[in-house]
Amino acid sequence: MLRLTLVLIVIFCIYYPLMVFGVAQAAPNNGKGEILTIDGKTVGYKRIGQKFDKPGFFWGRPSAVDYNAAGSAGSNKGPSNPDYLIQVQKRIDAFLVAHPYLKKSDVPADIVTASGSGLDPHISPQAALIQVKRVAKERNLDESKVRSLVEKHIEKPTVAGTETVNVLELNLELQQLKHSNISK
Amino acid sequence: MYTEFVGIALTFGLAILLAIPFGKFIAQTFSGEKTFADPFFNPFEKIIFSVSGIDPTREMNWKQQLKAMLGLNFLWFGLCYLVLLCQGFLPLNPDGNPSMSPDLAFNTAISFVVNCNLQHYSGESGLSYFGQLLLMFLQFVSAATGIAAAATVFNAMKERTTQTLGNFYNYFVKSCTRVLLPLAVVIAIFLAFNGTPMTFDGKDKITTLQGDSVEVSRGPAAAFVSIKHLGTNGGGFFGANSAHPLENPNYFTNCVELWAQLIIPFSMIFALGFYLKRKKIAYVIFGVMTIGFLLLVIPTVVSEINGNPALSKMGISQTGAMEGKEVRFGAPMTGFWSIATTVISTGSVNGMHDSTMPVSGAMQLLAMMVNAFYGGCGVGFLNFYIFIILAVFISGLMVGRTPEFLGKKIEAREVKIAAFIAILHPLLILSGTALAAHFAASDTEMGYWLDGKASGWLNNPGAHGFSEMLYENTSSAANNGSGFEGLADNNPFWNILTGILLWLGRFIPIIGPVAIAGLLAKKKFIPESSGTLKTDTTIFGIMVFAVIAIIAALSFFPALALGPLAEYFS
Repeated sequence: MLRLTLVLIVIFCIYYPLMVFGVAQAAPNNGKGEILTIDGKTVGYKRIGQKFDKPGFFWGRPSAVDYNAAGSAGSNKGPSNPDYLIQVQKRIDAFLVAHPYLKKSDVPADIVTASGSGLDPHISPQAALIQVKRVAKERNLDESKVRSLVEKHIEKPTVAGTETVNVLELNLELQQLKHSNISK
Repeated sequence: MYTEFVGIALTFGLAILLAIPFGKFIAQTFSGEKTFADPFFNPFEKIIFSVSGIDPTREMNWKQQLKAMLGLNFLWFGLCYLVLLCQGFLPLNPDGNPSMSPDLAFNTAISFVVNCNLQHYSGESGLSYFGQLLLMFLQFVSAATGIAAAATVFNAMKERTTQTLGNFYNYFVKSCTRVLLPLAVVIAIFLAFNGTPMTFDGKDKITTLQGDSVEVSRGPAAAFVSIKHLGTNGGGFFGANSAHPLENPNYFTNCVELWAQLIIPFSMIFALGFYLKRKKIAYVIFGVMTIGFLLLVIPTVVSEINGNPALSKMGISQTGAMEGKEVRFGAPMTGFWSIATTVISTGSVNGMHDSTMPVSGAMQLLAMMVNAFYGGCGVGFLNFYIFIILAVFISGLMVGRTPEFLGKKIEAREVKIAAFIAILHPLLILSGTALAAHFAASDTEMGYWLDGKASGWLNNPGAHGFSEMLYENTSSAANNGSGFEGLADNNPFWNILTGILLWLGRFIPIIGPVAIAGLLAKKKFIPESSGTLKTDTTIFGIMVFAVIAIIAALSFFPALALGPLAEYFS
């Protein structure tokens, strides 16, 4: 039994992972996770969401780990938890204060609820489009220009899937637009 | 929304479609028939057998098979326990993660040996890469243990009288080399090319676009995530499991991971049909399981799409119950996955079950309480086998004939074992929950068992808090591994309680069916006559379903009423 165990450990703990590791060297960024860069400097991982709460940026979803990918977790709040419901109400109010031109019914659930991983890089297209007016104003840009940027970043499924906007990639391109300065 | 359902239907359909040829291949493998893959695998297996000093042709009876199975499992437990206790000093630990406490190491080692992967730690901070690789070894061998035990029972169901049921090591090694490893390699590589990391580098420090300083955990995740699904293990590389964007980067990888957990449990049912050359019995079993599965899926997906009524009241636009869910998967897919992962004993999650709607929570619990619709690698069929035996016995009594199953008389001894196994599951779940609820309700100071008072382990008040404890016990006894993760479970109380439930909930339900099958195989074979109760008919399928429904409903309804149902009606 011991010998069988040792042989299988060699196969599954050494041979199998090394084989996958070897092939993964051909994957994006040698299998170390796809990164996004500005002028050669890493500004983020494509799949890992970042915290955006400052003016001039599209905001992402609330996070139970504050978007620090050293860990990952959801809030694990039950749907009827009274403290949780108060917290969501506060998020809705805060969002409406920042976007005074919106009605409550314009706000989609994903932008006021925390994701499962706390690192969700995406928001729904609706959650991005309702922020266009604010972001355009804060950056002194044409609303139509910002809107077309968002539309460019809406990923639509061809056969199966969900419609998403990667907030990090959107903000990254926004940052690199000409004359895109945040007014204080 | 439409495209989200297409993804679900395609994944489910492709799993059924491909399970038929794969089931045939598994049946040929265990019956020793020639397959197209022999020239490739035979030399490889020959090396394994000769180095381990095993003769794969030596016939074993059911007791010898169980001894081999238990011996291996004890050995793995001991080995893994030691490594987890010392991982802080061992190599491959770039993040300098600490060794586990004895109670956490006890829980984790058992949990991975029994194919459950209940995780009371987060992978990012709780394990070194050395620990992760060893747990990955257990993900292979624990799945292969289940498949091999099912192969033993298949062998015993043949139309003949015999003492011996083949060689356990032969079934076990071939489950590893032919069933698990090839698919694991393909899926791991697919994941690596879709953004799941496969590196031995540690955490990366970055400054975000907005100027915050954060870290990003990485590691050899692609290899791990692949076998975690194929082997219906479910243990995540990262804390958030398959909700983590590196563990499950996009909708397509999500479909592949879902497919990977469905394929082997589906294939095992078809394999039974091919193995016994009675395809109809496989179709009846698969039909019963699928109806049970759909009855759990539909209410879940509907309630997740409708979203949280408390948030609708606040006046926002509902796009599904998005708390604890990822935008890239959406509510329908996450709802579907939550039932797939609880029906099958995977327990990986792509969204947090603790935040799902009360109806969904009830369905997830029920899926684990029944624990026989599809089920985990191999063991799903073993659980269903118990219900077949009970259904044969009860139908026999109803029509006034000696109950027979596949030409063997079912007598007192077999029925006693089956009844014991059927009762054990609710017994473990309900006593564990009663104990935890007692402490939480009286808010006992727990001393060694928990730093502080018992109610401190709950993350939500009221009925939902009760559901958290019920879920943890159910998930342990069903060897599932998912959780209502709000529960603070990394403390001696939960580590040791669930550790015991895991052990009993794994091995007794394997020993029972193998013993029944072994006893039946020894009996005289009675050819089918006009008086035989046919077990490959729709009527018999309905009978099995009724037995399952009655046992589950009678045992668990009161507990469900206190938890998710109370939350739903309040």
